[in-house]
Amino acid sequence: MILAPTWLSLRLARRELRGGVRGLRIVLACLALGVASIAAVGSLRESLTQGLAAEGRRLLGGDLEVDTGGLPVPAELRTWLTARGARLSDVTQMRALLVAPSGERHLVELKAVDDAWPLVGTAGFTPPMPTGTALAEGGVAAEQVVLDRLRLHPGDTVKLGTASLILRAALVGEPDSVASPLLAPRAIIGLSSLASTGLDVPGAITRHAVRVVFPVGTSPEAMVTGLDTSFPNHGWRVRTPSAAAPGLSRVIEQTGQFMTLVGLTALLVGGIGVANGVRAWLAARARTLATLRCLGAPARLLLTMCLAQVLILAALGTAIGLAVGAMLPWLAVVLLGNILPVPPRMGLFAGPLLLAAGFGLLTAACFALVPLGRAARIPGAALFRDAQIPEDARAGWPILAATSVLAAGLVMLTVLATPDRWLAFWFCLGAIGALLVFRLGGWALIRIARIWPRPAAPWARLGLGNLHRPGAPAPLMLVSVGLGLSTLAAVAMIQGNLRNQVISQMPARAPSFFFIDIQSDQLPVFTALLARTEGVSEVKHVPSLRARIVTVNGVPAERVTATSDTQWALRGDRGLTYAATPPDGTQLTAGSWWAADYRGPPLVSFDAQLAAGWGVKLGDSIRINVLGRDIDLKVANLRQISWRSLGINFALITSPGMLDQAPHTHIATVRAIPSVQGALLRSVGDALPNVTGIRVEDALRAVAEVLDQLAVALTATGGITLIAGILVLAGAVAAGQARRVREAVLLKTLGASRAQIRAAWLTEFGALGLAAGILAALVGSAAAWGVVRFVMHAEFVFLPGRLAGTLAAALLLMLVSGYLGTAAALRAKAAPLLRNE
Amino acid sequence: MDVIAASPTPIAPSLGRTLIRIRDLNLTLPSAAGPVNILRGIDLDVAAGEVVGIVGPSGSGKTSLLMLLAGLERASGGSIHVAGHDLDGLDEDALARIRRDHIGIVFQAFHLIPTMTALENVAIGMELAGTADAMDRAAAALQSVGLGHRLSHLPGQLSGGEQQRVALARALAPRPALLLADEPTGNLDQATGAVVIDLLFGLAHDAGATLLLVTHDAALAARCGRSVHMADGRVVA
Repeated sequence: MILAPTWLSLRLARRELRGGVRGLRIVLACLALGVASIAAVGSLRESLTQGLAAEGRRLLGGDLEVDTGGLPVPAELRTWLTARGARLSDVTQMRALLVAPSGERHLVELKAVDDAWPLVGTAGFTPPMPTGTALAEGGVAAEQVVLDRLRLHPGDTVKLGTASLILRAALVGEPDSVASPLLAPRAIIGLSSLASTGLDVPGAITRHAVRVVFPVGTSPEAMVTGLDTSFPNHGWRVRTPSAAAPGLSRVIEQTGQFMTLVGLTALLVGGIGVANGVRAWLAARARTLATLRCLGAPARLLLTMCLAQVLILAALGTAIGLAVGAMLPWLAVVLLGNILPVPPRMGLFAGPLLLAAGFGLLTAACFALVPLGRAARIPGAALFRDAQIPEDARAGWPILAATSVLAAGLVMLTVLATPDRWLAFWFCLGAIGALLVFRLGGWALIRIARIWPRPAAPWARLGLGNLHRPGAPAPLMLVSVGLGLSTLAAVAMIQGNLRNQVISQMPARAPSFFFIDIQSDQLPVFTALLARTEGVSEVKHVPSLRARIVTVNGVPAERVTATSDTQWALRGDRGLTYAATPPDGTQLTAGSWWAADYRGPPLVSFDAQLAAGWGVKLGDSIRINVLGRDIDLKVANLRQISWRSLGINFALITSPGMLDQAPHTHIATVRAIPSVQGALLRSVGDALPNVTGIRVEDALRAVAEVLDQLAVALTATGGITLIAGILVLAGAVAAGQARRVREAVLLKTLGASRAQIRAAWLTEFGALGLAAGILAALVGSAAAWGVVRFVMHAEFVFLPGRLAGTLAAALLLMLVSGYLGTAAALRAKAAPLLRNE
Repeated sequence: MDVIAASPTPIAPSLGRTLIRIRDLNLTLPSAAGPVNILRGIDLDVAAGEVVGIVGPSGSGKTSLLMLLAGLERASGGSIHVAGHDLDGLDEDALARIRRDHIGIVFQAFHLIPTMTALENVAIGMELAGTADAMDRAAAALQSVGLGHRLSHLPGQLSGGEQQRVALARALAPRPALLLADEPTGNLDQATGAVVIDLLFGLAHDAGATLLLVTHDAALAARCGRSVHMADGRVVA
């Protein structure tokens, strides 16, 4: 009894499908688009992750890298490594100014390499030449952008610090690099040339590392264990190919996570399309369903028959989406090959595709069940009346319960498939909230239209009336485009906030320059030079050392439990200074500053935000390593630091006494009027060649450029959601088009001019567009607030100007939809609709 | 009924002035099997105030003739003059104006706008014409067809007979010179149909409108002042 109707319903479904899938095409398209976007993002992320894993050895520059920070690689480490048959290559990195013969200078990420570099892969130069030739005898190579900006040509003499070097070539291939550095392009010199630059002095901000290639068969992981055993508490940063680029891994993971959520938004929009499409399809099939009811078909049979058809279509749409999604990474490689951080490893990845399929089928079932449940309740008597699914037909509780389970499944799958579970959870809540807002907005629009005073113009009255008449599509239309427009509004607002903080807010308070690596004996020359320069103000300088966090309350840094936004400070070298008195503007949140003449055990003033993230309290112990020596610091107070002020900020400020005797440099901030900045940079560089000046404006511009690229990517991804929305809107307009054509014909029969009908419908769609734009601006702003405040931990600024685009897009979208629908309706011939024969 | 009768500018039921003049009217429509001649060489004059029944078997071209007279279909040849206007060559908006100012139509399938109330359905044409008291006149027209208590009902909430009475009120409320009715009782039972027909004749007479009534019903045709018989696209009697 249970199976018989099931088989029967499947047989009936097959018969129905013989008539084609015309009514369900929108379901097919919506699912295909949503599934394709999720499958594409997942496949691209997997291909990049696998590419990163496959290229790990090349990107690392060997089987192992031991980063000793500001200290040169110790001889005993070399001995230990070579005793195990390893080949070594030394690399030292720092920031420096490359000076052209014209006197123009450009900040570069300088890498000094030995003759063995690169141990893995090959460097590329233009004109082509071996690495040894390019870097021998004072040779330097730099990225093409440096050559272009400084108008340099191979053979030119350039200066780095105190050294004059010969530019041999443009660097076009750097095997151990994942992407261009953020702030400055790369320049490479031989290690033998580094000494002559005077840049690598004690206390300078440099990073020393040795790359290692072991004999075949050696396990890098075993070597790491051996290192830890032989050099306990070494404090070095040791990396293997499996973690060649942890930063890049994080970027890939976070970008992939974000884009998956955007893809899910597109799929949710598609889900609305599924619901609309199924509803319209069922309305068109109402007569058939009523006939079957008259012939004795139970509601369960109708439900199974229709569900089977929808699921077959959903499976087909999902399959199309998977095929497209699996292919898109290939297209991305062709189109975006230059900007992808690592060469992706192409292939069919079952995991992301299965996940996308799961999302697609769950979404289809979740959104289709309620309309199917309603349709199954059509009475046979409908055949003798209007042959329509009754307005008051409601899906039964089993259907509602099943829909709830499916929705919960969708939420669970989203949360489980996203690395940041809380983000996924809030995304789901936000999406449900947004759908409710647009649904409520639709109802509100209907009510407003109903109580709005009657306009004098008949077309305006007609247009306004269309908004609130029974069966008015206002809620449907708003929900259709709502999520897509909201995504665009959120992206615009987030982008605006980022730019606002980087470009608009900071420069007003920021210094013009950072000068780094000022030697103690150079400080008087530096300050005197600035004092002589007109237009210079606010010169501040403090001692600067590099330190590495070794332990926090006895727990090694790599094992400290820290919040995601404070983990960065546990990795690599940190800036450190000492001070007898609190720096200007210090805001203590706990504890007190030490006496100016304090000379006891070292104390530290620590960043309150990091302390909260690491669980550090007053009196706790932080062990740091400065120039190879471990120092235990006791937390004396906590400070509130505003990093965005771009002033000199240090997470760690120690009491003087111990560190002031260590070799160190100074860091200075300088404010100068724009007209003297070029000359100032030149005169400091000429007088103190090893001192590197970084123009804050240039750094901010570089950040802004990266943000702009990010914004383009975000907008493009958000665009997918809007395309899904447009598809759903088109479906909604198409579903109501027959009614509109009939209405247009009747109005023309009653004497309405085409202009009147057009104006009425444009009034209706204009009001819909305005409502959609306003609601999307609200929802998008709320989403942007959440992202800026809780994901980026930044201050949210409401930027109404950024929402103008959303409003315009909403209006345009609705008016174009309305106009196209109207034009088609006005072209319709009256006689065929009106004649009875 | 009163509002129609009390119209400030009633059209006199006197015969003589020609309201409709049709000469050598042809209509050919394309079809998958080739062009189909729907109407062939129709000549017809109808005087103002006249009540004409158009009868004939299905497919004889009755409804097509009505569609052409209403400007809802374009003739393939010949000419049609309605209330002094040559319909040939007029654009859609001009035809719509002629319908608005001179013609009322009642369809077999009622053709009410399902999302508008009875009152709105009757008023909409007058509203589009810019009639200041469209709503009041629509209410009065509905009152005259006995639906004063159904003003705010949607078509779906009305019976077939009530829907046709709304359609009748809609057609007559603007006080047209010409009333075209296409099988107005075709979708109604006999008793309801009789009520509607009585209303149709009575209101048209009171308003002084010319009535062209397409029907299969010989008895109904007999109530008309003149009957035009059609067969195979031609006027045969």
